[in-house]
Amino acid sequence: MTPIIDIQQLKFAWSGASVSVLQIEQLQLNPSEHLFIQGPSGSGKSTLLNLLGGVLTGFSGEIKVAGQPLSKLSGRQRDRLRADSMGVLFQQFNLLPYLNLMDNVCLPCALSKQRRTAAIVRSGSVENEAKRLLERLQLPPEQYQNRSVAQLSIGQQQRVAAARALIGTPMLLIADEPTSALDCQTRDLFMQLLMEELQQGETTLLLVSHDEALAGYFSRKLRLEVQC
Amino acid sequence: MLFHMAVRSLISRRASVLLTLFTLSLSTALLLGGEHIREQSRAGFFNTVSGADLIVGARSGPLQLLLYSVFHIGSPTSNIRWQSYTDLRNDPRVDWTIALSLGDSHRGYRVIGTDNSMFAHYRYGESQSLKFASGNQLDDLFAVVLGAEVARALSYELGDEVIIAHGTGNTSFKLHDNMPFNVSGILQATGTPLDRSVLVTLEGLEAVHVGWRAGIPLPNMQATSEQVRQRDLTPRQVTAVLVGLKSRMQAFHLQRELNSRMQEPLTAVMPGVALQELWQVVRLAEKALLAVSSIALLIGLCGMLAVLLSGMQQRQHEIAVLRALGASPLRIAALLLLESLLLTLGGFLLGLLILWSAIYALQQPMLEQFGLHLSTVGLLSDRQRLLAGIIVALGACSGLVPALMAYRMALVRSLGQRH
Repeated sequence: MTPIIDIQQLKFAWSGASVSVLQIEQLQLNPSEHLFIQGPSGSGKSTLLNLLGGVLTGFSGEIKVAGQPLSKLSGRQRDRLRADSMGVLFQQFNLLPYLNLMDNVCLPCALSKQRRTAAIVRSGSVENEAKRLLERLQLPPEQYQNRSVAQLSIGQQQRVAAARALIGTPMLLIADEPTSALDCQTRDLFMQLLMEELQQGETTLLLVSHDEALAGYFSRKLRLEVQC
Repeated sequence: MLFHMAVRSLISRRASVLLTLFTLSLSTALLLGGEHIREQSRAGFFNTVSGADLIVGARSGPLQLLLYSVFHIGSPTSNIRWQSYTDLRNDPRVDWTIALSLGDSHRGYRVIGTDNSMFAHYRYGESQSLKFASGNQLDDLFAVVLGAEVARALSYELGDEVIIAHGTGNTSFKLHDNMPFNVSGILQATGTPLDRSVLVTLEGLEAVHVGWRAGIPLPNMQATSEQVRQRDLTPRQVTAVLVGLKSRMQAFHLQRELNSRMQEPLTAVMPGVALQELWQVVRLAEKALLAVSSIALLIGLCGMLAVLLSGMQQRQHEIAVLRALGASPLRIAALLLLESLLLTLGGFLLGLLILWSAIYALQQPMLEQFGLHLSTVGLLSDRQRLLAGIIVALGACSGLVPALMAYRMALVRSLGQRH
């Protein structure tokens, strides 16, 4: 079985800096495994996500995502890989304010044929899959779909963002502090719903947070330390 | 999807977008409208005497002949003898003639002695003949037909009495007040110098000068209207003749013949050629008009650029989201380019609409007030289409600036950057 993420001898330093911000000897993540990455700020959490997402380059060692070595891919190929195989969740501002809820959720399927096909296979059409996901995340579309995203609460917005990250069943979901803008209650609801939906598919989750409370949802944990 | 997104994004910023749209449409309307007016006034100018093949006058320069015979500017140096005129009229190559006799005026407006062939054969614009707003042609020795502007400015109506003055000054003291004329007809506006003319018969003009020698009334020689009707009023001379030929091909031939005629020194010009010469003088104003409206367009485009650029800061996280979803920097740039293209196209179409309705609304007042003949015919001529292309291309070009910015932002922007 090919691991979804396979990191060997990874080292990353900002150009001009002598100290590397991130150093990982080895890390492998298999399909449907969930990894919680924890660490103080400056420990390279976000750097790792940007490297995995293919937005940041210039590392030494090797990162393979879904078997593809990132160092050998062109910028266009890395964009392609991200569109096809990754869902991304930020801590805030995940949605495009001018698109409505359904359009926001369906957006990845417009950018990736692979995810469009996967969504159609699963629910018959992209719209149906979007509705299914929204329903599972407790945002019944008949109630919310015509609302502008600005009218939703932050907790609701994060759930819409989760639906968007999950549509078309990407292999990997990277989440960067997705709950830091939420209060405890909405955070727990969000995590519960997210994990439930992830159980259904084969999606691998890599979540970065400094919030210890989230660790309970994960079987695997990794702690990054500040390099000096 | 890209199109849908661009449209949604524009709609979400409707206040500033509408303002930009409005600016762009106004500058488009100004540029195309300026160009249209320029083309129309040029066409109107060249079509001032569209029917005539030759203009014949006493020997002088072609420009001078054109100026005094058609535009009623300046004075003729001398006249054509009546015999030469009848010879010309009876020439087998000649289809029709319109004799013009100048020299008198009415309250600052030129009095033109002519005959009814004027109403039959004179053509202006796109071969339009003179039409009467009221009344009809010269039906009496002392009948007068007024140009539209004369009638409007002096509030004349049919049947009113008109006294013509000797000479062309505004304040001539020598009035032909012993022989008043009566208004028999008022012409519709044409946008030509005829709007500012007072038309009388050649014989009428001859009649008022009975008893005059060298521009001075001789004492005890004055006649009344009734007495003068009994006299032979065959004109002794005319100032200029507009000639229509049976075949336009003969214009060169007849022109050469008239110019080299020995009995009487004459000048014959082809109106198109002389008008072309005269137009050179006016061209500077034409260019200035284009320059001013081009500047207006540039300002409109700068306005658009300002709106697009001021939005860029707010769009940073939008770009981050699109990047995270795997949209390539090129695609993000394309989205922004599409937005400005839509904006320009929208502004352009709206501008065209404004221009069209403005022309429809202003057609009549413009003709009446400025003698400018505007029509929607010829809107979007080849040149205007070229301008339209330039407008849209410039719009797209200025859209390149924010697109490039977005591209660079997309390149350097990482996922999940902290806000």
